[in-house]
Amino acid sequence: MIELSDIHKTYRAGSGEVAALRGIDLRVAAGEVFGVIGQSGAGKSSLIRMINLLERPTAGRVTVDGVDAASLDAAGLRGLRRRIGMIFQHFNLLSSKTVVENVAFPLQLEGRLAREDIRARALALLDRVDLADQADKYPAQLSGGQKQRVGVARALACEPKILLCDEATSALDPETTRQVLRLLRELNGELGLTIVLITHEMDVIRRVCDRVAVLEAGRVVEQGVVADVFLSPRHATTRRLIEEGGDADDAGAGGPGAGRTVRLTYRGETTYAPLLGRIARETGVDYSILGGRVAHIRDLPYGQLTLALVGGDVDAALAQFAAAGVAVEEIDR
Amino acid sequence: MSAAGSALFANVDWAEIGRAGVDTLAMLGGSLVLTVAVGLPLGVLLFLTGRGQLLAQPLAHGLLSVLVNVLRSVPFIILLIVMIPVTVVLVGTSLGVPGAIPPLVVGAAPFFARLVESALREVDRGVIEAAQAMGASPRQIVFDALLPEATPGILAAATVTAIALVSYTAMAGVVGAGGLGDLAVRFGYQRFQTDVMVVTVALLLVLVQVLQMIGDRAVAHFSRR
Repeated sequence: MIELSDIHKTYRAGSGEVAALRGIDLRVAAGEVFGVIGQSGAGKSSLIRMINLLERPTAGRVTVDGVDAASLDAAGLRGLRRRIGMIFQHFNLLSSKTVVENVAFPLQLEGRLAREDIRARALALLDRVDLADQADKYPAQLSGGQKQRVGVARALACEPKILLCDEATSALDPETTRQVLRLLRELNGELGLTIVLITHEMDVIRRVCDRVAVLEAGRVVEQGVVADVFLSPRHATTRRLIEEGGDADDAGAGGPGAGRTVRLTYRGETTYAPLLGRIARETGVDYSILGGRVAHIRDLPYGQLTLALVGGDVDAALAQFAAAGVAVEEIDR
Repeated sequence: MSAAGSALFANVDWAEIGRAGVDTLAMLGGSLVLTVAVGLPLGVLLFLTGRGQLLAQPLAHGLLSVLVNVLRSVPFIILLIVMIPVTVVLVGTSLGVPGAIPPLVVGAAPFFARLVESALREVDRGVIEAAQAMGASPRQIVFDALLPEATPGILAAATVTAIALVSYTAMAGVVGAGGLGDLAVRFGYQRFQTDVMVVTVALLLVLVQVLQMIGDRAVAHFSRR
C-alpha cells in the first residue's frame, strides 16, 4: 500500500545542513494500523509528510498504491492527496467556516459533487463521528476532542483509503485521547482504512497499532508487531519510550531479596490462567512479587510479572512456566 | 463668504462646508475602492512570494518589497506633485477630485498591501498545510482558505487605511481637489478663521469615528475565534 525506500531528507539550516531522515525503509500493508514512535526531533513529522509529499524526500522513493509519488505532476499529486486523508495535532480546521462547511471543504475543492450532495455527505460524516448536532457551530465553539473528530470527518470526506495521523492525540486529555483512538480503530475495522500514525506516546501505539517502527535520529532502530516490540523491546530507545509511558513493570526489581529474579510475560488467554500458585505449590518455590501489570495491547490481553524466586526447584518452575506458554526471562541484579 | 448661522460661526459658509464634505467623501470612497483593488492583490503576492511560503520567489518578493518601500517613503505631498504627469495620462486631468484619486491610491495601496501581508501571515500555517494535504491548488488555497481566514485582519487593515486616506485628502487641496481638510487649511489656518477650523476638524473627527465604528463592527461580524 505504502512503500518508503531508502528515504533521506536533509534541511538547510543556516550555514549547515540537518539530516532529518537517514535511509528509511518502511512498508505499510493495506488495512493495517502502522505506528511510528519516536521522541521529538526523531524525524517523525518529516516521515509522515513524505507519504503525501507535503515534504519531498532529498533521496529515495515513495510509492503509494503502486504509484511512484515523485513521478506525478501537480494535478496527479493533488489527486493522490485527495485519496489520502490527514489529521493533525492542532486540528487545523478553518476558523472562518462552520463545522459542516469544514467537513464539506475537501469535497468543495474536489468540485465533483453538487452542492446539496456535498452538504448531505458532510452531514452523514458528522453523524458518523457523533457531531451531527454541532454542524452549524464554528470550530472555536468546540472542545479539543470534538475538533479532532471534525478533523477525522473532514479527512474521510473524499473516501480515502489511507489516513495519516500527525500526533493526532497529543493535544488531547487522556479521556478524549481514548475516544479518538477508539474512533480510529472503528474506522480501520469498518472501512478497511489503512492508518499511519506518528506519536511520542507508547500508549497510543499499544491501543491502536498492529505494527510499529521506532524512530531515532532519522533511522528506524526497531520495528515489528506491536506485542513483540512492546513486550520484548530490543533497542534502548524502545525501552526508554516504554518506561516513559509508565508501561514498564520492573520498577521495584532492584529491591533487596534473595534468590533469582525473573520476568514472566503472559500473552492472550494464559494471562488469566492461575499458573503462578499452582507451579509454586508443585515445585516448592516461594516467590515475592517485585512488579507487574496486566493490560491490553489492542485486543490482546497480556501480563508481565517480575518475581524473586526462593527455595524449592526454581529450574523446574521456570520450565513449567515455559511449557505453559509464558515467556521467561532471567534478570541479573 | 455669506455669514449664515449664528455669530459664533460668523465665517462659516455651510454650503461650502457641504460641498467640501461631499468632495472628501468622493475622494475617500473612490480612492478606498481602488486602494483595496490594487493593494489586496499586491499584499497577497507579497505574502505568497515570501520566504517559505506557497510560491516562494525571493527575487520577485525582493522587487515588490523595494517598490512598496519606495512608495511608502515618499511624503504624500511630494507624491501629489510628482504624480501630476501620470495623473493626467490616467484620468485626463491633474485637478479636482479626479486628479487627487490616482496619487491617493498610489500613496495608500502600498501601505494597505503591507497590512494585508501581515494579516495573511497571521493565518495559521497548519490551515494552509491542511488545505494542501486535501489536494487544494494554490488558487484554491488563496481564495478558499487564506482570504476567508484572513478576512477580519483584512477588514481591520482597510479601516486603518481608510482613516489614513482621510488625512491624505487634507493635502489634496494642493491640486485643487477641495474637501474638508483643504477648507481647514485655507480658511481656518491661513485666514485665521478659527470657527471654520473648528467646524471642519469636528466633521473630520466624526468621519474618522464613523469609519472606525463601521470597521470594528465588520471585523467583529467576521471574527470566529
